[in-house]
Amino acid sequence: MDDRRTPLARARGLGSAKDGVGHWWAQRLTAIALIPLVVWFAVSLVMLSGADYATVRAWIGSPLVMVLLILTIGIGLHHGQLGLQVVLEDYTDGAWRVVWIVLVKFIAAVFGLAAIVAILRIGFGG
Amino acid sequence: MSVVNRPSNRPLSPHLQIYRWQLTSVLSILHRATGIALSVGALYLATWVMYAAAGPRAYALFQDFNASILGRIVLGGWLFSAFYHLCNGIRHLFWDACYGFELKDAYRSGWIVVAVSLLATVLSWIVGLRLV
Repeated sequence: MDDRRTPLARARGLGSAKDGVGHWWAQRLTAIALIPLVVWFAVSLVMLSGADYATVRAWIGSPLVMVLLILTIGIGLHHGQLGLQVVLEDYTDGAWRVVWIVLVKFIAAVFGLAAIVAILRIGFGG
Repeated sequence: MSVVNRPSNRPLSPHLQIYRWQLTSVLSILHRATGIALSVGALYLATWVMYAAAGPRAYALFQDFNASILGRIVLGGWLFSAFYHLCNGIRHLFWDACYGFELKDAYRSGWIVVAVSLLATVLSWIVGLRLV
């Protein structure tokens, strides 16, 4: 990722958030990626409405859907935890702030990985 | 940022009870609210593929919930949240690129976001519930 700070800003440190633009930039990058992914997923969800087990499995297990679904869930959860971090930084304080943020990041990682494993299992017939 | 150093009697503004609501602030609050809802919704989607991987009996439980009134509300609410957060997120990206900051433009883009996200939601409900 590009470092968008000026040399002076880099020399002085990471700004008031002690984080530079890394968080902000990651939020935008994931947002842009999610534009086509969410449109695709919303349309798919509507089309799958009322579908039975076999249809849903066949859909999830097709190669293109596997790739797009892993991207959607992975990037979606990443974008979500970045956003929730900002919300928590606004409304919580002290030790609890750290506890909540760590919890949110852990939950996102666990659900993301579990979903990817589930998708691969369906696709590769585990 | 230590709690101890913070002055305790500072006035708070704006006060919620006397706050005049505007489209721009309502949409801003709604962006956050739908963002939080979608984060929970993302866990729900992750759970969905896990149930699908777990087998037909497990998946039947998930389907029963989706077919219930509460399930319909959750899925319908997810679709609205997704469309709204998507449209307003694109509005935010334009702001990030320094476009549309004039008050007139902010209101116009705001109403466009409201119209498009409601239209997409109603359309997806009609198609999803096989009403046509």
